[in-house]
Amino acid sequence: MSYIPGQPVTAVVVIEIHKLRQGENLILGFSIGGGIDQDPSQNPFSEDKTDKGIYVTRVSEGGPAEIAGLQIGDKIMQVNGWDMTMVTHDQARKRLTKRSEEVVRLLVTRQSLQKAVQQSMLS
Amino acid sequence: MDTESTYSGYSYYSSHSKKSHRQGSLLFFRERTRERHKSPRNKDGRGSEKSVTIQPPTGEPLLGNDSTRTEEVQDDNWGETTTAITGTSEHSISQEDIARISKDMEDSVGLDCKRYLGLTVASFLGLLVFLTPIAFILLPPILWRDELEPCGTICEGLFISMAFKLLILLIGTWALFFRKRRADMPRVFVFRALLLVLIFLFVVSYWLFYGVRILDSRDRNYQGIVQYAVSLVDALLFIHYLAIVLLELRQLQPMFTLQVVRSTDGESRFYSLGHLSIQRAALVVLENYYKDFTIYNPNLLTASKFRAAKHMAGLKVYNVDGPSNNATGQSRAMIAAAARRRDSSHNELYYEEAEHERRVKKRKARLVVAVEEAFIHIQRLQAEEQQKAPGEVMDPREAAQAIFPSMARALQKYLRITRQQNYHSMESILQHLAFCITNGMTPKAFLERYLSAGPTLQYDKDRWLSTQWRLVSDEAVTNGLRDGIVFVLKCLDFSLVVNVKKIPFIILSEEFIDPKSHKFVLRLQSETSV
Repeated sequence: MSYIPGQPVTAVVVIEIHKLRQGENLILGFSIGGGIDQDPSQNPFSEDKTDKGIYVTRVSEGGPAEIAGLQIGDKIMQVNGWDMTMVTHDQARKRLTKRSEEVVRLLVTRQSLQKAVQQSMLS
Repeated sequence: MDTESTYSGYSYYSSHSKKSHRQGSLLFFRERTRERHKSPRNKDGRGSEKSVTIQPPTGEPLLGNDSTRTEEVQDDNWGETTTAITGTSEHSISQEDIARISKDMEDSVGLDCKRYLGLTVASFLGLLVFLTPIAFILLPPILWRDELEPCGTICEGLFISMAFKLLILLIGTWALFFRKRRADMPRVFVFRALLLVLIFLFVVSYWLFYGVRILDSRDRNYQGIVQYAVSLVDALLFIHYLAIVLLELRQLQPMFTLQVVRSTDGESRFYSLGHLSIQRAALVVLENYYKDFTIYNPNLLTASKFRAAKHMAGLKVYNVDGPSNNATGQSRAMIAAAARRRDSSHNELYYEEAEHERRVKKRKARLVVAVEEAFIHIQRLQAEEQQKAPGEVMDPREAAQAIFPSMARALQKYLRITRQQNYHSMESILQHLAFCITNGMTPKAFLERYLSAGPTLQYDKDRWLSTQWRLVSDEAVTNGLRDGIVFVLKCLDFSLVVNVKKIPFIILSEEFIDPKSHKFVLRLQSETSV
């Protein structure tokens, strides 16, 4: 996203996902990529190739994430109030898969939204 | 191969690939004079008949002209032959040879005096210098023995030390100065002359002092006199040290890089030298020329000249506007027209070169196969087997002669197409073959000398074509080398252009990397499903 560190992001979406119980595990139905320990230049979804944030790389069909409205390419900014812009990949996974939480609130930015907001601001 | 079994020699004839049906002709080797245009060639032998034609070597006239040989039979294919530029025959002398011989004669007489003058001066001075200390200590006892104070162990000790120092000086001078002259230089070698002058002045001043203070006044103190002589020898040793530094050590550290380009084909080499005078640098370049540059082959250069001549030949300038003497205007017009003219000479060149390469490769393949097959037959006889050898036992020369005929034709054809035929006579090929057989070389090792042109030293001395060089330079040849100097070394056929460049001042700094600091991370882009 055209995200300048230190500047507020203009368009965020709040997505609430209810985890689905599958046997032993609670799954959310999407895959994440990125993190401060990963190589940002290989991220296909980020606009700025130095962005080390967590991105949604895949959303499984009919899963809780898709139902809640999460889209592929979204950048996750917060999970239940915890910041996700400066975390390692493993930390992000842990924050999302806490067994004690059944519902997670994600704060997510989307490029298409960002562009739409900018266009509406300009016009 | 069909004709090889009766070969006893090696022939030079100019139409090649069509004569494969020759049978049983006796052929032999002959070189021809330089000709630059097509001329009706006279051939040896005949085609396709089983006959033997013997051609005795005819005494050819000076500037031997092939067309005057009438007793030879004309071949079917003589009209299709191409003329190759050849060297001189063994029985005729070409114009160039005459020039060379006369030049050799006149030069060797003139310069001898100059050479020997320097040598005699130096040796006379050396003798004088060597005998001076001995004279210093011998003269007082001879002249005024009675008045001399006796001088005991100290003097004897000094005598011994002086004897050894003189011996060391003698050996050092012999090692440094008495070496065979490598070359004739155009000008005097400045440092050597300076050193000789220095030594001369030094010794003269010592003699002066000795003559005035000791001989005239008949000094009694013999020990002082001996010490004076020993101090002379010490100083001579130091001058010898100075000579070593100036003459030998100073030019060892490389300061300049010389680029040497041959004017005829652009082959270039680079040499590193230290502080030398231009004439000494020229000498180094020439000594390396004989071992580094491939041999100068004038046969390879004719094609480009023909092309250039053809290019400009077709243009004529007509003066339409009346008589005007505009020479530069005319020549400029000609050059412009020649440049604009759409001729296809580049096309010709391209196809000609491609065709030539193909032919060369084909002949090379035939040659390699022929040589390999020939070498198979030769087997080295072990020492134990020598007594009970079944067939005839041959020495290397005979073995070479035995297998030579089977590869002679392929080799000759290859040499002719690469235009090297002047540089390899049959005798030299046989010698090389015997050499390779003696040392157990493979066919490839034997062939390497013929497949690629080697340096000039590899060939016979009479092929070197020149050992007389002229140094052409703007500056005095005894000046030292400097960045940007260009001088030219000319010989009869070509010239070497030498460009001097200074080796840049190198700034080298140090950087320390702790071996423990070599750490690496894996950068991944992993995807986890949650």
